[in-house]
Amino acid sequence: MGALQSLHGRPEYLDLAEKTGFSFEQIRVLHERFKQLSHNEETLRRSHFNEIPDLACNPIRAQIIEAFFDRRNYHQNGEGTVEEIGFEEFLVVMSHFRPPSLHMTEEQRENVRREKLRFVFNMHDTDNDGTITLEEYRHVVEELLSRSGALEKETAKSIADAAMLEVASISMGHMEPDEFYEGITFEHFLKLLDGFEIESRMNIRFLNMDTSTLCK
Amino acid sequence: MDLGFLTRRGLLFLVFTVLSFLHGSRGEIPPKPTGGVTLVPPVKPDDVPQAYPDGPKSNLPVFTMDYPRIQIPFEITLWVLLASFAKIGFHVYHKITIWVPESCLLISVGLIVGGIMHSVHEEPPAVLSSTVFFLYMLPPIVLDSGYFMPTRPFFENIGTVLWFAVVGTLWNSIGIGMSLFAICQIEAFGVQDLNLQENLLFATIISAVDPVAVLSVFEDVSVNEQLYIVVFGECLFNDAVTVVLYNMFSFVADMPVVEPVDVFLGVARFFVVGLGGMGFGILFGFVAAFTTRFTSKVREIEPLFIFMYSYLAYLVAELFAISSIMAIVTCALTMKYYVEENVSQRSCTTIRHVVKMLGCISETLIFFFLGVVTITTEHEWNWGYILCTLLFAFVWRGLGVLVLTQIINPFRTIPFQMKDQFGMAYGGLRGAISFALAFTLPDSIGRKQLFITATIAIILFTVFLQGISIRPLIEFINVRRTNRNLDTINVEIHCRLMEHTISGIEDLCGQWSHFYWKDKFMKFNNRILRRILIRDSRAESSIVALYKKLELQNAMEILDTYETSTSAKPKRKFMAGDLKNMHDILSKNMYKIRQRTVAFTGKHALPNDAQTKEILIRRHASIRRSLRPGSFQTSAVPKSQKYFSLPAGQSLDSKLFPPERLSYADDQETMSEVAYPSKRSRFGQPARSSSRAMMPLQRLDTLTEVSSVDVLNEGRGERGRPGRGRTNSSSSGSRVPAPRRHITPSADDDNGSADDFTNVRQEAAAEEEERQQEEQPSSRPPAWAAEPRDNVATRNPLLKRPQWNPKKM
Repeated sequence: MGALQSLHGRPEYLDLAEKTGFSFEQIRVLHERFKQLSHNEETLRRSHFNEIPDLACNPIRAQIIEAFFDRRNYHQNGEGTVEEIGFEEFLVVMSHFRPPSLHMTEEQRENVRREKLRFVFNMHDTDNDGTITLEEYRHVVEELLSRSGALEKETAKSIADAAMLEVASISMGHMEPDEFYEGITFEHFLKLLDGFEIESRMNIRFLNMDTSTLCK
Repeated sequence: MDLGFLTRRGLLFLVFTVLSFLHGSRGEIPPKPTGGVTLVPPVKPDDVPQAYPDGPKSNLPVFTMDYPRIQIPFEITLWVLLASFAKIGFHVYHKITIWVPESCLLISVGLIVGGIMHSVHEEPPAVLSSTVFFLYMLPPIVLDSGYFMPTRPFFENIGTVLWFAVVGTLWNSIGIGMSLFAICQIEAFGVQDLNLQENLLFATIISAVDPVAVLSVFEDVSVNEQLYIVVFGECLFNDAVTVVLYNMFSFVADMPVVEPVDVFLGVARFFVVGLGGMGFGILFGFVAAFTTRFTSKVREIEPLFIFMYSYLAYLVAELFAISSIMAIVTCALTMKYYVEENVSQRSCTTIRHVVKMLGCISETLIFFFLGVVTITTEHEWNWGYILCTLLFAFVWRGLGVLVLTQIINPFRTIPFQMKDQFGMAYGGLRGAISFALAFTLPDSIGRKQLFITATIAIILFTVFLQGISIRPLIEFINVRRTNRNLDTINVEIHCRLMEHTISGIEDLCGQWSHFYWKDKFMKFNNRILRRILIRDSRAESSIVALYKKLELQNAMEILDTYETSTSAKPKRKFMAGDLKNMHDILSKNMYKIRQRTVAFTGKHALPNDAQTKEILIRRHASIRRSLRPGSFQTSAVPKSQKYFSLPAGQSLDSKLFPPERLSYADDQETMSEVAYPSKRSRFGQPARSSSRAMMPLQRLDTLTEVSSVDVLNEGRGERGRPGRGRTNSSSSGSRVPAPRRHITPSADDDNGSADDFTNVRQEAAAEEEERQQEEQPSSRPPAWAAEPRDNVATRNPLLKRPQWNPKKM
């Protein structure tokens, strides 16, 4: 089962490799995993994701799963959600986490950064209107802190509020008293996380080795 | 250094004065400080505390001195002082330390002192023996590095760090040793008598990198985190590796013949030593953490436990001849997290300062001493050998980094680039450890002098040449940098979010990385370790920690504002009394928010968290701007400040979630039950985004009420709250005794103090509300305050605290 063989066997990998930037070997491994998750079906549904035991203790599991069903993460102008995804979509979403190449120009770096931040932004912006509102942000923080045990929801809320305050003061500067901060737009989001090197941190080293037999 | 010297003279005089004073107090003669010292003939210090030599027909001596009795501690003190003064001297002219690393300056001063001593034929103190170095000077240095290790980046890069530290050091030692041995075969150099073992021993000594200077440069230009932590971790752990190798080779160097089986035993021993040290470290770390769980009643000696346990770990490891450096480093790493949560704020500060201080002094002394020794000892200069040493050290270091990076890069998410590798290779300065190891070589080594000379040469060469040139070079090649001043809540939130996302996606792909293990460890930590080791074992996310930190800073700032206003208006006596209490309580509560490790620490500076304030300062600036005279948003300041508060365990629901209508604001139950409007917040009037809270919500109110006349005074217009008081002070004073638990001793208790904190806030809130009630009619928001009574809530929905309403009465 070498890479070559699977490459010959699956010409569609070529397209996928071009589209997502994964190597054939990585695609093969991910495909194995995909099949394992979907019980050898063509598509993955939410219920499949919910069965993954490792994911069960992840505080933001819902958002992560939702990200896979979000059309915005497939291509630029997508909208809405889908009910089930094929391997291609699975791979496209995964490709957001591909480590950038070693040598990048500043422009490329900025693009990667925007793309990764857009992914995070989409995770927050659940109603797809281009802004993260306070409720949405609160929801995020609540989920994030939901595994911390003793923490109450109220704490999460007040933290989200404080964070929102911070956003307002960073992005708007001084506001007039009757002004009202609508929510975080993507531009503000970029500004907010300026200096947070997401392009070099939100990466996964996709293995060439098949580990699916090791973890259930 | 001139300064150092001048001060030294002055100090000598001072010390003498004090000394004679002590003598005087022991005797009965008033002190007579004399510059010229009359030395009593040396008397062997005996155990009798009596200082008088009992001569055959002794009259009562008028003035005696017993220098030998105090000689050793006295000289040590003076040396430490001299080195410390030198450090002060460097910072008189600030720019020197930017361009020339401190270690260079210290060595220079040492050289000068050595020169002076040499010219007057004074022997340097024989302080630096092997025992002294390993038992007293090394532990503080390592403890310092271990304690201030930036934990998170370290564990994110632990593989690379260990790879470079262990394999890199082995590579350097063996490479340099072999090459030097080859050189020794050349007759022209005249060093044929050096055998392989001795060469390896020497190579081990000089392969311990100690890039203090480089680290401070890295820090100043804020190079990327990965490079920084690898250099940091490498210098920490290769000390351990070096010392292990050193012990091994100095043992081997004595052996006439080395059998192959010895090599295997050596390798086995290497692992036993390293892992054993780690085990002891972890064990003592946990014991230390567990001990501090019970020290809440003995705050005075709290910091002592940290030092004693670390030192104990070190000594026990030394006892079993396993890596004591490893032991103390892991001990510090293990206990830090738990200890800092258990101990009080002050103890924590003390611990940090003392750790820093001891490490700093120890290192300063070694560098200083290096300068002195360079001048005063006999050198055996061998051009060929020393130049080759320099060359090989440089070449093998470069090669090592290059090769090892190629091997490790495929396993890294963020591979090292050429520039990073250059930074790593060029940052391989040799330092204090190398020198100390060379200086404490056993005398059985034939060419000890040559080794010392060569070591000093390589240290001077690297520290001066590379140390001075690395800053321009790093800036020139433009190594990737990291913005490190990111202490905002949003960044923290997203940092966490990103980690969880990554670990989630990795679960989806069915592979693990350190995020997976981190998840597992955190779970284990929260379930078991924290329960055992921490008194108040509520797990706290780092987001919450940061939030509390910012909030407390904010609270402190409010208090500072009070303070200034109090001094401006001394008649308001309410503040003066409570202020101190509040300060106390706040500082006691501070220790809950210290779990965040500082991302970067320099070896020579304590971490400061000045940057954290930025956002708050900005906030305050905007608030102040909105408080220009003419617009009377007196309530806006305290309210938006108050908003940041997070009473532990209190329900914030009702105050953060404004009800749709505020007419029933008095009733807290109803309030908290009101569902938050699910509409988009911008549509609903009261359900506003929090950003609105910081804005003054009403302006230019007409001040009609007589009772609130003081609103009009100048100070009030400018500063948030100064106008309050007078009428309130007495009433609030009489009202609060019940909730004021913070005066009771239980304030030391964790839970207790958390509540106290809340109480202070409640108190403040109560007063706030009272005041607002007082001036209420004047500050009624025009648009939507239907009920004049409770426009506390109305005006700023995010801030109201209905649960404290009862106290209002």
